[in-house]
Amino acid sequence: MERTTGRYKKRSQAQEVWRRFRRNKRAVAGLIMLIVLLLCAAFAGLIAPFDPNKQDLVNRCAVPSMEHWFGTDELGRDIFSRIIYGARISVSVGLIAVSISLAGGVSLGAVAGYYGGASDNLIMRFMDILLAIPSILLNIAIVSALGTGLQNVMIAIGISSIPGYCRIVRASILSLKEQEFVEASRSAGASDFFIITRHILPNCIAPLTVQATLRIGSAILSCASMSFIGLGIVPPTAEWGSMLSTGRDFIRNAPHLCTFPGAAIMYAIFAMNLIGDGLRDALDPKLKD
Amino acid sequence: MEEKKRELLEIKGLTVQYHTSDGIVHAVEELSFDVEEGKTLGLVGETGAGKTTAVKAVMRILPDPPAKILSGEIFFEGEDLLKKSEKEMRRIRGKQISMIFQDPMTSLNPVMTVSEQIAEVLRLHGKITRQQAYEKALDMLELVGIKRERGKDYPHQFSGGMKQRVVIAIALACSPKLLIADEPTTALDVTIQAQVLELMKELKAKYKTSMVMITHDLGIVAETCDSVAILYAGQVVEYGTREQIFKNYQHPYTKGLFACIPDLFSDSNELTPIRGLMPDPTRLPEGCRFHPRCPIACERCGKEKPGPVETEPGHWVRCLAAAKDWEGGNACG
Repeated sequence: MERTTGRYKKRSQAQEVWRRFRRNKRAVAGLIMLIVLLLCAAFAGLIAPFDPNKQDLVNRCAVPSMEHWFGTDELGRDIFSRIIYGARISVSVGLIAVSISLAGGVSLGAVAGYYGGASDNLIMRFMDILLAIPSILLNIAIVSALGTGLQNVMIAIGISSIPGYCRIVRASILSLKEQEFVEASRSAGASDFFIITRHILPNCIAPLTVQATLRIGSAILSCASMSFIGLGIVPPTAEWGSMLSTGRDFIRNAPHLCTFPGAAIMYAIFAMNLIGDGLRDALDPKLKD
Repeated sequence: MEEKKRELLEIKGLTVQYHTSDGIVHAVEELSFDVEEGKTLGLVGETGAGKTTAVKAVMRILPDPPAKILSGEIFFEGEDLLKKSEKEMRRIRGKQISMIFQDPMTSLNPVMTVSEQIAEVLRLHGKITRQQAYEKALDMLELVGIKRERGKDYPHQFSGGMKQRVVIAIALACSPKLLIADEPTTALDVTIQAQVLELMKELKAKYKTSMVMITHDLGIVAETCDSVAILYAGQVVEYGTREQIFKNYQHPYTKGLFACIPDLFSDSNELTPIRGLMPDPTRLPEGCRFHPRCPIACERCGKEKPGPVETEPGHWVRCLAAAKDWEGGNACG
């Protein structure tokens, strides 16, 4: 304690959250796993030993060896390289799909929660309809309407997870808008838009961050399942779900064709869930120590 | 009327109701008072008397639904605020009329630094850059007695009294003409109360701001107010200058309030409270609203609604007993 400054040591909220996050070993493990995944995606060209699409028909369905770490697939392509390149797709689907649903869910939820009444009813009943349809079915419906392809898969996954965010934002706003600082801001001449964007949404960041990280994992899984049923990424693009899907035919003789892509999917989702749980604990002051 | 006083705020016959599932709450009825330029009006009353509803109607920030302003006029600098559009009101709120809320713990946004919150109101009402607003915000902090360096701190790093100072800084940042203080010291302890009141008095004098002070503490009224309106169940029961109310209170309710103040020089062991409770605002009594609790009530009080009676210039009392045609003095005949 320095008497000269007379100031106690202060941490910003972000620092405080990071301090609590850091003490959670599982969360840190998840973060390291995510960083590895991001590095793979970013430097796929440097890490992958082979061209992911280069066929080697002599060497089909080779078992893992020093040359091909994860073996080769039915066309002799190096599975390790394909998984490294597949990380790019999974990471971008996770991020973009979550951004789409964040944008949609936050704006709809904010309107529903802040204005209430008829707009609330209309929006939330629509969300109930979306929730009532199983998300895989909804994804299939949207993709078949828009056509297959990476972009449309992202849009479909984004739309189908809007209701989750919408409900979270609405619930937080319902309690926040009764707070006196909102009334105080109104009596200082602020408009509704200003109050929502400057005062209410920053107070919803904690639950949204947790939801977003957890949803990245499930977006990756949804994308893989869409590819698995043939509505997602079109071959020959390296994508974990479609690798799993083609590998399924050889599962008796060459199980490594399915094992490694499946493990990659599990790895990514596991990392996101660890981080999400860690963030939830770190952001919730009630769980402090 | 008789003199050429400049009325800054003039409320005439304001009636506000809350339409709830339990029935209609008569929050404010036929409320009239005015605030002269540079003066302070005290609104005194129990919890639920309609003090906050009245001033929120002035700011036009009552939640609608359930609140409905049924009738009345609110003149601010000669213009009826109830006829203004929402956009025009936004320009008045914070700039011309600003408000200090009761609980400083909740009236600051927990995720914004205090300087940001002061700068926000400046930026809403004036064309100034972010940097200028920030500088002005730090000046305002200094003005309310907080060091400039603390501008970067968040509300939870301040004590209750300091938070209320920040709230005052926000309210005065645009030098409004009228400041509404809704029980500004209720949530603070007594020594901090005195400091905050002193600060408010000082700043009010400096900026020549008029003020409406809502309180249930007659001590605060005696210290800060020029005129007083006593509210009971949504009505002004007595209204006059501070001297008139404190030296010559006439309404039985006001008498009851003063009887509740402990006297340092008398030996009595007990206070004399007003018997009974405030009536349920959805089922107000017939006639005079105070008559079920009134020590001098008679049959007439249960039937007739008393109107305001001017007993001396500028001193209004809403009581049948104050009217000239009242017979039988204080006891009922």
